[in-house]
Amino acid sequence: MSAVAAESKPIAAPARLDEQRRRAERLWKACRRYPRLLIFGAIIGVLILIGLFAPIIAPYDPLQTAPSQVLTQPSPAHLLGTDNIGRDQFSRVIYGARISLGVAVIAVTIALTFGMSMGLAAGYVGGWVDQTLSRVVDAMLAFPGVLLAIAITAALGPSLRNAMIAVGIIQIPVYFRLARAQVLQVREHEFVTAAAVIGASRPRILGRHIMPNIANPLIVAASISSSTSILALAALGFIGIGPQPPDPDWGSMINTASGVLGQAPWLSFGPGLAIFITVFSFSMLGDAMRDALDPRLRIN
Amino acid sequence: MIPVAFLASVMLFLLLKLTPGDPVLIMLGEKATAQNYEALRHDLGLDQPYPVQYARWVSHVMEGDFGKSIRNGAPVKDEILARLPATLQLGIAALVLSLAVALTLGILSAVFRRSPVGFFATAFSQVGVAVPGFFVGLVFIYVFALSLRWFPPGSYTAFGDDPSQWLRRLILPAVTLSLFGAATQTRFIRSGLLDTLHQDYIRTARAKGFGEASVILKHALRNALIPSVTLLGLQIGAILEGAFIVESVFAWPGIGRLAVQSLGARDYPIVQAVVLLAVFVFLLANLLVDIAYAYLDPRISYVRSRS
Repeated sequence: MSAVAAESKPIAAPARLDEQRRRAERLWKACRRYPRLLIFGAIIGVLILIGLFAPIIAPYDPLQTAPSQVLTQPSPAHLLGTDNIGRDQFSRVIYGARISLGVAVIAVTIALTFGMSMGLAAGYVGGWVDQTLSRVVDAMLAFPGVLLAIAITAALGPSLRNAMIAVGIIQIPVYFRLARAQVLQVREHEFVTAAAVIGASRPRILGRHIMPNIANPLIVAASISSSTSILALAALGFIGIGPQPPDPDWGSMINTASGVLGQAPWLSFGPGLAIFITVFSFSMLGDAMRDALDPRLRIN
Repeated sequence: MIPVAFLASVMLFLLLKLTPGDPVLIMLGEKATAQNYEALRHDLGLDQPYPVQYARWVSHVMEGDFGKSIRNGAPVKDEILARLPATLQLGIAALVLSLAVALTLGILSAVFRRSPVGFFATAFSQVGVAVPGFFVGLVFIYVFALSLRWFPPGSYTAFGDDPSQWLRRLILPAVTLSLFGAATQTRFIRSGLLDTLHQDYIRTARAKGFGEASVILKHALRNALIPSVTLLGLQIGAILEGAFIVESVFAWPGIGRLAVQSLGARDYPIVQAVVLLAVFVFLLANLLVDIAYAYLDPRISYVRSRS
């Protein structure tokens, strides 16, 4: 598309390039000022690559059982040992990245889509729409988050797909409140009134004038709620209503490991560390982005 | 709070209706025939429209009747009441512990900002929120129970039976459950205190010649704690959901473990009652927090803001 644009409007091309270069420069500056942005962004990048290239990295098939090699100690052949039915724990941890990151992406997409559109509607339209939506979200917030996820997963039936949906639903309130509060703030600005005066439609005002102004806090929230999603999924997996066996899910792997803690204490180490690194990196990246995007909101 | 509680109860009711499996068939089991199926369905009120069923359910719940366990036919209320004390002990212990840790670490790290204590507190508050409780629990069991043998690996002894055993069995699960709250509160107390320490009235207090301890504990801390009071409601929620997991790890016979076991056995009336109870406690905690908030900070008045 940009090629077509460049041909038809020769003046636009350098301007676009300039814009891109400026953006890259801004990002680089932010990374130098907030090194955490770079560090944790890089860790998450590596985790995503591990998930994508799991078949190449993992030395064994994560579902391949070996009755002769049950609960073996970590060794060069099996870096994290083998589990109670002889599967290579290291390969399972590697494949687990796919499940956890996939859930984070899908759950955050669900929460972002529903939460944001509800929040935009409530904030911009106001009146009974706002009243109704706000009460529904309040009712959701009356449940401690993971408990709501447990109730939803129990109702829909335990499975990876339903766990994703549940983890997504419980985070709708975050985006709803954020989007609503931001809209209430932004819509008072004169440029919004001006847009309405020249006859812009409501969807256009929301999409074109309000959305870009609330994007920053939403990006920060997305990173932080990725970490919440992975933690919540791990909890569902641990109590047995998340991803079902034989899926290599970190939470259920720790559940398996807890049954053989006496014989194979090292077994929970891999998935436990994997959960920690992923959750920690997303939450630190969120913090770093908040600092970089809006220094006024800095905590500590 | 009332409309919120109403909507939350409707949500829970609808979730139960979504739950797969026909309760009538589960209860009848092998003995199901067309006649007794219809009869039991009628007795349970399941042939009524949803609003009627909802009203019946709510009125039963108000009377403390949560129905019967599908697994063993015992009243859900008895099953829960038998396990509630264990959860209460664990939850309160975890709450007290997390506040004690957070206050100590929060104050020390704000006062000695650029010291190892400050660094440790910051690291603790960031790591503590990212480790799953069940993993920490397993590590604790392995290190302190199986290897060092300082504590028993799990289960519960009533205080009346043997106070020292009670304490020894309580410590590991309580520490595990307190971790998340301690980490979040440390961060809040630290940043709250750092903010207030810059205020003019703190300089005034120092200028008047108050000792540093008095300035921090009497003048600064009171205001610094206001934001972390709001966090208390959320923290109680975290303890409620953490109890599901920590109780399972430590074989602690509370309502959380009961709920997890019931999930596995598809004994949904018990799960529903436990979740309902948790929601009730959580709402109540948040209400109390709101009241405490207005009391602590006289600038906030719920009455004035409404009129």
